[in-house]
Amino acid sequence: MPRSARAPKRGLANESREDQKQKDVLMDVLGQQLINGLVMGSLYALVALGYTMVYGIINLINFAHGEVLMVGAITSWSVMEFFAEYTPAMPLWVAFLISMVLAALVCALINVAIEKLAYRPLRNAPKLAPLITAIGVSIFLQTLVMIIFKPTYKSYHNPLPSDPLNLGPWVITPTQITILVVTALLLVALNLLVNHTALGRAMRATSENPAMASLMGVKVDRIISWTFAIGAVLAAVAGVLWAANFGTVHHAMGFMPGLKAFTAAVLGGIGNLPGAVLGGLCLGLIESIGSGYLGALSGGVLGSQYSDIFAFGVLIVMLTLRPAGLLGERVAERA
Amino acid sequence: MNLSQMNPRIQKILFALLVLCMPLLLLNFGNAWVRILDMALIYVLLALGLNIVVGFAGLLDLGYVAFFALGAYLYALLASPQLLDTFPQLALYFENGLHTPWWVVMPLAALIAALMGALLGAPTLKLRGDYLAIVTLGFGEIIRVFVNNMDQPLNITNGPKGLGSIDPIVLFGHPLSKKIELFGVTWPGVVQYYYFFLLLVVIFVMLCSRLEDSRIGRAWMAIREDEIAAQAMGLGTRNLKLLAFALGASIGGVGGCLFAAFQTFISPESFGLMESVMIVAMVVLGGIGHLPGVILGAVLLASLPEALRFVAAPLQSILGERVDASILRQLLIALTMILVMLVRPQGLWPKSFQLSRQNSPKSKSAEEAQS
Repeated sequence: MPRSARAPKRGLANESREDQKQKDVLMDVLGQQLINGLVMGSLYALVALGYTMVYGIINLINFAHGEVLMVGAITSWSVMEFFAEYTPAMPLWVAFLISMVLAALVCALINVAIEKLAYRPLRNAPKLAPLITAIGVSIFLQTLVMIIFKPTYKSYHNPLPSDPLNLGPWVITPTQITILVVTALLLVALNLLVNHTALGRAMRATSENPAMASLMGVKVDRIISWTFAIGAVLAAVAGVLWAANFGTVHHAMGFMPGLKAFTAAVLGGIGNLPGAVLGGLCLGLIESIGSGYLGALSGGVLGSQYSDIFAFGVLIVMLTLRPAGLLGERVAERA
Repeated sequence: MNLSQMNPRIQKILFALLVLCMPLLLLNFGNAWVRILDMALIYVLLALGLNIVVGFAGLLDLGYVAFFALGAYLYALLASPQLLDTFPQLALYFENGLHTPWWVVMPLAALIAALMGALLGAPTLKLRGDYLAIVTLGFGEIIRVFVNNMDQPLNITNGPKGLGSIDPIVLFGHPLSKKIELFGVTWPGVVQYYYFFLLLVVIFVMLCSRLEDSRIGRAWMAIREDEIAAQAMGLGTRNLKLLAFALGASIGGVGGCLFAAFQTFISPESFGLMESVMIVAMVVLGGIGHLPGVILGAVLLASLPEALRFVAAPLQSILGERVDASILRQLLIALTMILVMLVRPQGLWPKSFQLSRQNSPKSKSAEEAQS
């Protein structure tokens, strides 16, 4: 790392000024990494919600959830390309909005179909069976997209202005602001949906006890479908925002966000909605601050390429100290 | 004559003969086919190891490949020029280069993998199964990232470029990778490896099946079926789970050694999450906890990509040349995984619960009612 590599011997006064400067740089880095971490964290949170909702209701790790995000991004990219080709006069942000809605629809349909075809028939099978089909679905979707859209990196045309805004020593791009705002709106909407509608009540009842809920007249199968649809919409929006933020889409882009979001869901306490959001934000912050400082802290031995390790390492420590996750309740293994 | 009506002993002998002659039959089609068999045997070994963890003790380990990588890199470092290149001062002690024999590295790898397994398991085994899955998955990623990046500041693993010129396995002064003349026939390296691996697999199958019937094995299964009940019966579930984890890991380490020696080249690419997932899929697809099933699953999934080559080629010609055959194969593997699970959720060759049914005719209906 450059910081430790430089600094040959200098005068004392020089050195202290250098120290001060370094501290300032570190502080600037901290603020910037906080912003980046919040942005990444809100994307993780959106995806983690999908994991946690599905897990809360049918106790299944939906391994294909990351792929849903990827399908969302790819759909949005194709729609944007379509509009750019046939109606060049249309303002980009309109195309962006339409593409996002379409991506959400496509993902919801796909996720519901996945549940119907691959998970529902196995609901009473051994616990690992649906996990294997989930993995199969994940590989299947990835490969299918690779066949249809070619295994290349495609550049995503971000409709938002790219000039960053200056906030003191820090910068934030309009895309990042959009991500924060959209996430906040979606979280409010989800909160209203889950806590203040009939559907939300049915979802909560199902997650508490499916058999009892069905006795009370809740159509459990339909509620599960709805859960998958809602999770997919969140993942699709996250995928579109992810693509806009990083500027590329490709068939394997869903893997890492999926893995991280799952980590976030576990971190927050799987099955717990506020926990998933908190876990996502924490993971984003830990990761970006970790990767920002890892080089400086370890004297250049560990670079930012180890940021993934940081996230998983924190997870392992966290689970050791508080096994149920940040907001999870301690549940008995089998009540 | 119908195969299933034959005397089971004759069936077994026929099967053993088939396994023994397999490489000689396939040799007619080229060495590449025997190589696939060799790899399949390594996968059988890995699946056997993971079966102890997932099948016997019921712990979901999604980072099993980490132990595989550990063994592979240990052998690669101790039996290749890499370490001496990085630390020239070491070369003074090893004038002929560092060539640690496999029979030293293999137990060492098993031991270190077991230790790592126990270290990883100790804090996480008290957690619910899904948490264990994510922690092991994270551990697998951590190992991969480390291996990928440990080429600087000190070049230890050579990073993404991988380690090459690893020693082959040497038996009685004869490297297995070399051709040998025996009984008037030339035996290519791949065939020799096949028999060596087969021997190891047979040893480990025997170990596992003895383990399954032992006190420990039955304790594991009790934990798998109902941990709380097992605890109430006085089993030290934590230590038993740790033991399962460590034993499974050590077999993974051994498999890694074999892999490195067989390939003579390893890179981080071989140790991704997908590899872990495939090994889990082998165990589950074949039939969790049932040794013949697990072996079947491993052989099937390891050779499926090659077998699908024949299906993929005509499909490709239908679709036109724009689709790569390997991509198409991946698609078919995914479909197979989904379909097999949908049709046979218990796995292809699950354990039959004949004992309990014989004892009481009621238990069968009770079992059905439960599911």
